[in-house]
Amino acid sequence: MEETKKQEQTTTHKIGIYLWIWGLLFVLSFFSYMVDWMQFQGLVRWSLILLFMFLKAGLIMAFFMHLFWERYALVNVLLWPMTAIACFIWLMVAEFKYTLFTRLFYFFIGG
Amino acid sequence: MSNPKIEGYEFKPGFKGMSEDTGSDQTMFKGVHWGKAMMWIFLLSDTFIFSCFLISYMKGRGSTPVDWPNPSEVFALHVGGVPVPLLLIAIMTFVLITSSGTMALAVKYGYEKNRKMCGWLILATAVGGLTFVGMQAFEWSKLIHEGVRPWENPFGAKQFGSFFFMITGFHGTHVSIGVIFLSIYAYKTFAGHYDERKRGWFTSIKGDYVEIEILGLYWHFVDLVWVFIFAFFYLW
Repeated sequence: MEETKKQEQTTTHKIGIYLWIWGLLFVLSFFSYMVDWMQFQGLVRWSLILLFMFLKAGLIMAFFMHLFWERYALVNVLLWPMTAIACFIWLMVAEFKYTLFTRLFYFFIGG
Repeated sequence: MSNPKIEGYEFKPGFKGMSEDTGSDQTMFKGVHWGKAMMWIFLLSDTFIFSCFLISYMKGRGSTPVDWPNPSEVFALHVGGVPVPLLLIAIMTFVLITSSGTMALAVKYGYEKNRKMCGWLILATAVGGLTFVGMQAFEWSKLIHEGVRPWENPFGAKQFGSFFFMITGFHGTHVSIGVIFLSIYAYKTFAGHYDERKRGWFTSIKGDYVEIEILGLYWHFVDLVWVFIFAFFYLW
């Protein structure tokens, strides 16, 4: 029952952890704004945007929404459906490429 | 956060704990308040709605041969005649993160039964949300004034307007609903409904500070969605 004891102690967390996450979110937001400010283009821009986005989302979910301290039964029910979204994105990327191809082909080259 | 303590049941950590929780022929989310589990399920469905919006935006933007408007120029604010890219959006982002932080602290003080601190922090969160919606209204009216419509705009691909109004509008609606509920809960906290375990309006269930955490989940989710909108719509 050691786990239970531990859980009871962490029912509320020290204020420091929230302030740290808060500060980190500010810094990460500032960085993602800088991506636009510095006018990075192409692959650098996209990978930096995604990196800061996932870091921010992860921090908010893990600490502000307490998922870091929740039991796996809840965490897994919430996170696995995201794979369905990833599949959907993958499908729609294939779809928009095809649509773009047909548009370019018929609008500019002609059928 | 969760307070797992059930007579005659041993909580195990990690995936072993997960398989035992799930297969124990009892409640699955052990130690999790039912309201919190339901809020999470709702947020999961909301995630799918926003994903569908953002994916359709990706599909629309990717499939048009016309140039997409450059968000860095479209959303620039002129300060002393100099265009500063995405200035308003950056301020909105910081306001929303600030309100998310005050909400997280409100949840913490709520569990510590610090009624006044909890109430003031919820109120601060509501003010942050209201500021955000106000700035969004300003942004919308500015763009509408410049001729952006769901069916056309002077900057580039016609689809831009419909995606912009749909996605930010749906997010703004979430923020507005959040502000309404934050105000109600601030009142309930100050009035001591959670200390006295007073019943809610349409329920026989007694008030508890866990409700603040459930409200907090919703509010953090609104912030979470903004992180994705900021990345994909404004920065990409």
